[in-house]
Amino acid sequence: MEKENLVDILQQHPFLLGLSDEHMQTLVGCASNVRFNEGAYVIREGELANSFYLIRTGRVALEMDMPGRAGLRIQTTGAGEILGWSWLISPYRWHFNGIAVADTRAIALDGECLRRKCEEDPVFGYDLLKRLAQVMERRLEATRLQLLDLYGTTASGVGA
Amino acid sequence: MRQMSQVARSSAGDPMTPHPVMIRRIIWENDDTFTLTIDPSDEMEGYQFLPGQFNMVYVYGIGEAAISISSNPSRTGTLDHTIHRVGTVTTALAQKKRGDMIGLRGPYGSSWPIDIARGKDVCIVSGGIGLAPLRPVIYTLLAERAAYGRIIVLYGGRSPLDLLYRVELEKWANEHNIEVLVTVDRGDSSWKGHIGVVTALFSYIKLDARATVAYVCGPEIMMKYTLNELDRRGLAPDQVYLSMERNMKCAIGICGHCQFGPTFICKEGPVYPLPRVRALLDRKEL
Amino acid sequence: MVAIDVEGFDHVLRALQARGYSLLGPIYREGAIVIDAIASVHDLPRGYVDTQAPASYSVTRNDDEALFGFVLGPVSWKKFLYPPRLKLFSMTRSGKGFEVSPNETPEVPKYACIGIRPCELQAIAIQDKIFSDGQYTDPVYSSVRKQLFTVVVQCARPAGNCFCASMNTGPKAYGGYDLALTEILHDDSHYFVVDAGSGAGNELLAEIPHRPATEVDIERANTVTRSAAEQLTKSMETTDLPRILNESFEHPLWDDIARRCLSCANCTLVCPTCFCSTVEDVTDLTGAHAERWRRWDSCFTSDFTRIAGGNIRMSTRTRYRQWLTHKVGYWVDQFGTSGCVGCGRCITWCPVGIDLTVEVRKFRDSHTMQS
Repeated sequence: MEKENLVDILQQHPFLLGLSDEHMQTLVGCASNVRFNEGAYVIREGELANSFYLIRTGRVALEMDMPGRAGLRIQTTGAGEILGWSWLISPYRWHFNGIAVADTRAIALDGECLRRKCEEDPVFGYDLLKRLAQVMERRLEATRLQLLDLYGTTASGVGA
Repeated sequence: MRQMSQVARSSAGDPMTPHPVMIRRIIWENDDTFTLTIDPSDEMEGYQFLPGQFNMVYVYGIGEAAISISSNPSRTGTLDHTIHRVGTVTTALAQKKRGDMIGLRGPYGSSWPIDIARGKDVCIVSGGIGLAPLRPVIYTLLAERAAYGRIIVLYGGRSPLDLLYRVELEKWANEHNIEVLVTVDRGDSSWKGHIGVVTALFSYIKLDARATVAYVCGPEIMMKYTLNELDRRGLAPDQVYLSMERNMKCAIGICGHCQFGPTFICKEGPVYPLPRVRALLDRKEL
Repeated sequence: MVAIDVEGFDHVLRALQARGYSLLGPIYREGAIVIDAIASVHDLPRGYVDTQAPASYSVTRNDDEALFGFVLGPVSWKKFLYPPRLKLFSMTRSGKGFEVSPNETPEVPKYACIGIRPCELQAIAIQDKIFSDGQYTDPVYSSVRKQLFTVVVQCARPAGNCFCASMNTGPKAYGGYDLALTEILHDDSHYFVVDAGSGAGNELLAEIPHRPATEVDIERANTVTRSAAEQLTKSMETTDLPRILNESFEHPLWDDIARRCLSCANCTLVCPTCFCSTVEDVTDLTGAHAERWRRWDSCFTSDFTRIAGGNIRMSTRTRYRQWLTHKVGYWVDQFGTSGCVGCGRCITWCPVGIDLTVEVRKFRDSHTMQS
């Protein structure tokens, strides 16, 4: 795929909003266009985490393997969102399965490539980290709300 | 001297006496939520309600519960009450069968102001049983579709099997004139939809902040996060409405239980414009 | 204005009885002055005097001839206008369902309230706004209220916890009554200066042996109430109170009060304006017959704010905060007046003597210091 096209696509993605042209050039070197059919595994628990996905269209469900129980799905990530940061954190292994629940297009950024660029250019690295931190915070907040089981037996609706 | 405590009242027009009505239909929405349908013309001729209002539903000898009306206001002869089984009265209601009798009085409370949404987009955000008092809004909007801009329904439930009104949601989701996004807190392999908090659904829609009215109903925490999200997207507080809940005994403003700061939720609420309650929502144990 | 003697006052009571009124008035019982049925002036607590202080109430009897030497007791007129227990309806099982029982006895008592204190008259007016003037009216309250004949007795002295003057409710009532009496004891004479405040009051007075009140009589009456005002030891400044309390929502003073408050609900029971209630649904053993009763409730009870998920106000601290903030703050938003009439009952009957005039002053002072 043409590099210029990739830049266009990357510039559209909300995660990279406001990224400088210089950093965009740094990034695009690690980028490739990928596609997953519905039902395909995007990532697998335990495997080497070497990709950072910027989802363009479609939806990926995060699932945990549990013995004796069909995979429990705890979050989906979709268009305009990202999948995976384990590529940044040693030992670089996925902690979940990621299954495409719809035909999904994404830009995959090579993990090793990205890590190297972050080391070489700390300003770029810090920018990326800040963006990731924001996503992590929102995910954590969302997860905590899910943990509260707001709609469970003790949740409120108008009733006695 | 005569004891005051023995004075009884006439049932006709007495505000605290329920009307006996028969249960026409019961639908179980999920393991602990069910919808009771009654025909108000049994005993309450000329009964009408506005979206957002509630009835006091009575179980003989047990007590009453305040239940939002969840049916289409323009359909006469049908009054739906979607009930979450959480306490004594609602558990007693859960044991009722078609043909059993319950008591009803109402409608009470304020309603969702739908006429202010004319010509604007409408964003309905609900969680759990919060969809019940908003379903009448959806019916009303769809009945006069051309009068409104986009209709966006965001709905969050516990799991795919806990979602309310699944058949209707599916129907609405497949129609072109209404955008429905549904999410669950946890899913399974058969669920292809969103999994996560209802506020995460905002990432997938673009709102025209200057021309959108929002109606929000659900657990208080969910509503607070939703209000933050709507604020982040630039909606003016006076374009946002929410439905509050407190303990109710009388529903007519004299028992004092439903007070939320200076307001009586049974009289001024349960539907409020956000500016009226914004400061109150931040107060712990108000 | 006219003057009547004690015999004339008894005549007033008999004239009311002749008109079909059940008389309610103060009597001495078990160490307190309470309100109950009376038949004549002889039932009134002649010579009784009450002494009140925070967490303290006692009644003594002396040789005084005064019929109204005491001030007020734990019972207020709300007990009769808005009864502690009231059957709302009864139902009977019928076939697969049930039906509302036909109206039992629609008879509503016709009360003449003898000896209403000015602050209590205002308390009735405050409760009118809740039960009679809203979108929904309480049928029992409204019908009792409509037939009520009110005989105010102006205060000759305050009790230790009274602060009516600062609340603009006393010690003198200027209107809103059928009759208002000021008891005069001067040398050997014992009589009442009477003001009729309504057509019904005037009509009744016309039947009673009386003489016009002279300037001396009127001056004596004014002295009585003026002297009462001068003896007040407490006051509550109400300016801006709703805003001050609104801005003190998380003030540490609430913790200070919570350390003392027992959440016993005495204050709400004795307060003449507190109106919270709850409902109780009961059946007989066979279930053939069900009733719903309304009874007094208190925002101090732990389950008062229960919804699925728990109680909103989970501690004494937040429940006391609700009570006080409602009484002198939210009430103004809701009904246009303060909910407090300055009768001091809550101070007297609080087992630990919490004095809302003192606490409110602390909030005000703290608020002033901050701004």
